[in-house]
Amino acid sequence: MQAQEVKHIPLEHVHQAMGAKMVEFGGFLMPVRYGSEKQEHLNVRENVGVFDVSHMGEFLVSGEQALDFIQWVSANDASKLSIGKAQYSYLPNEQGGIVDDLLVYRLDDQEYMLVVNASNIEKDWNWLEQQRSRFPKTNMRNVSEEVALFAVQGPRAADALQSLTDVSLNNIPYYHFEIGTFAGVGEVIISATGYTGAGGFELYVPAQHAEEVWNAIFEAGKAFNIQPAGLGARDTLRLEMGYCLYGNDIDDHTSPLEAGLGWVTKFSKRFIADELLQKQKEEGIKRRLTGFKMLDRGVPRQGFEIQNEAGETVGTVTSGTLSPSLNIGIGLAYLPTELATEGTRLFLNMRGRQLAIEVVKPPFIKK
Amino acid sequence: MNVPNDLRYSREHEWIRLEGEVAYVGITDFAQSELGDIVYVEVNTVGETLEAGAVFGTVDAVKTTSDLFLPVSGEILEVNPALVDAPELVNQDPYGEGWIVKIKPTNLAELDELLDAEAYRELIGA
Repeated sequence: MQAQEVKHIPLEHVHQAMGAKMVEFGGFLMPVRYGSEKQEHLNVRENVGVFDVSHMGEFLVSGEQALDFIQWVSANDASKLSIGKAQYSYLPNEQGGIVDDLLVYRLDDQEYMLVVNASNIEKDWNWLEQQRSRFPKTNMRNVSEEVALFAVQGPRAADALQSLTDVSLNNIPYYHFEIGTFAGVGEVIISATGYTGAGGFELYVPAQHAEEVWNAIFEAGKAFNIQPAGLGARDTLRLEMGYCLYGNDIDDHTSPLEAGLGWVTKFSKRFIADELLQKQKEEGIKRRLTGFKMLDRGVPRQGFEIQNEAGETVGTVTSGTLSPSLNIGIGLAYLPTELATEGTRLFLNMRGRQLAIEVVKPPFIKK
Repeated sequence: MNVPNDLRYSREHEWIRLEGEVAYVGITDFAQSELGDIVYVEVNTVGETLEAGAVFGTVDAVKTTSDLFLPVSGEILEVNPALVDAPELVNQDPYGEGWIVKIKPTNLAELDELLDAEAYRELIGA
């Protein structure tokens, strides 16, 4: 594979000036932390934190067949979306694996926005273009570089941001959005979504106004203990909720049903690999993505094996971390369905040592 | 980046401070800042005599687990007991309260093979 040149988000210089440690993620140079990851994590749970996630990709889909196209490529039922609503979904491939997971926004009658993972922008685009040939009355545009995305997350997010907009933030239900003026910038998508389980908003901002909006957010949020948060905290926050991360927990070869994405797999309409997945559902899955917590001291890492008492390998860790909220190791792993039940005691093979774990049904933190 | 002049350093980012017959070993300010929040320090080699360069434990940050390498040959006498409840001491005071092990070096000449502060600064580009 050829080394690809690293890509840049619009506010890279701002994060560097704020003292962020920058790492490559999904092909982009991204802030992983500004100070302490644990402290950034806890501030999102308790107050409000701001993530620059401008590396995410955005595709605009429009036209007479826009809905038909989306219904075909995505497993959730986009016909349920009214204007101003968003839904979580995934793009199945023909083998019943997952091309990507994404959000689908209905912007207008025949206009949708797909929000995809940074590392998959090119793969998704090529895949969707290939599928779009069946839906000639559809247009698709990659606006990833024209859009900055800020996730303002935490219980105080609405209070911290309200002075910046006339849109009533507390009145936007979960997975709904409004398009309005924000910090003096027009056409900002204010979406009550996120990847932290802490509540809050994701703001899609025209890239040329990214810096003024970023600065306005911190100015307005001062009294609410607003702080920047990096991708390190984003990962521990999502893992405490048991949310999948593409590339770790799901990929081109994992079954969405085994990954627990049955709830966004709607057989009431046709979509790529629907018959294959329907058959899989009827026959029953043999393994399932499951949460677990450490009973012994230790931090589970991707690739560690899960074993039974006899020392036989029964599964592999796909994501793991120390939970800053609980101060214990937590993780996700694919386990045989008969073992994937709350309370099952198993072992993590940590470099030759057997450490006790217990199966937990995520989220790991209960509200 | 803090690189005290009175310590010796390994290329794997450990420091060592000789105090009479014994020496204290920890990870450098550069290392802790690269790793981020330290959440566990695991040392299961107390009582063992190990060669220079041997792995004597691991340090867990939020995102990664890293091996700890012994800068000189010696016996592992003690692990810092404060790190069990407060691993963040490694971040807050890497050369002081955040020391990791106390050792008894078996060959003091090996200390001369380690980097001095100036050479270590050069290594990390500080």
